[in-house]
Amino acid sequence: MRFTRDPAGGVRADVDGVEAQVLRQLAEEMLGIIEPADTSEDPLAALVGLPSGDVPPPDDAVLRRLLPDAYGDDEAAAADFRRYTDADLRATKRGHATIVLESVPADGGLLVLDRDQCDAWLGALNDMRLALGTSLGVTEETDPDDYPDEHPARQALEVYGWLGWLQESLISCLDPRV
Amino acid sequence: MTAPAEVDLPDLDEVVDSPWVCIVWNDPVNLMTYVTHVLMELFGYSRDKATELMLQVHHEGKAVVSNGSREQMEADVARCHARGLWATLQKD
Repeated sequence: MRFTRDPAGGVRADVDGVEAQVLRQLAEEMLGIIEPADTSEDPLAALVGLPSGDVPPPDDAVLRRLLPDAYGDDEAAAADFRRYTDADLRATKRGHATIVLESVPADGGLLVLDRDQCDAWLGALNDMRLALGTSLGVTEETDPDDYPDEHPARQALEVYGWLGWLQESLISCLDPRV
Repeated sequence: MTAPAEVDLPDLDEVVDSPWVCIVWNDPVNLMTYVTHVLMELFGYSRDKATELMLQVHHEGKAVVSNGSREQMEADVARCHARGLWATLQKD
């Protein structure tokens, strides 16, 4: 699977069955990790679409990387920022994952994306890498070849690397040619 | 017709010329090409400018990618987060 420019302005790629399965599974996992903001317990929140109090950072490391603090050294300001932005950020990321899920041919086949879908895909691929990379604890020196074939992290790191390759392939289609 | 009951006055802090900055931090996951692409898209930077900032993030651990009012920087940070960049804002 490699993205090429589509004459209509977007991109296209031939997706094989396994690639389609991996992408759909990852997109579903992202929707599982990034739940919609919960306003059901809070009548004011339900009314205005904003929580009535500050929103604390997530406990989970993956979610904290996907939804980071906006203020590095001011917890109160960070919580206040989350109050106003958390629901939107979650919705944006869920939207990106949903577009991947809806556009990948279920059993593989030709994938055609318009320019807006390309942006959603780029964001979704990046979120998948952030989630995988954070849970695997990757560093800039991480190399899947350092792990034996049977190591549990090996396959995940290969998927992680493949997502990066896919992302590069998409970016090279979108950026103006130098 | 009704009159607004209360007007939110901006903090004195923000009226006075007190620039805030949006900082992008290095992280081991985001690809260099992706960071460059996002900086071009979000801030309208040329490829050269975006590449320079990306390299600064990579080598120095962080770079100031924009500056302005607190409100503007909060918007920039939110846009960076939507694209998966690790960004924060602070007073310059």
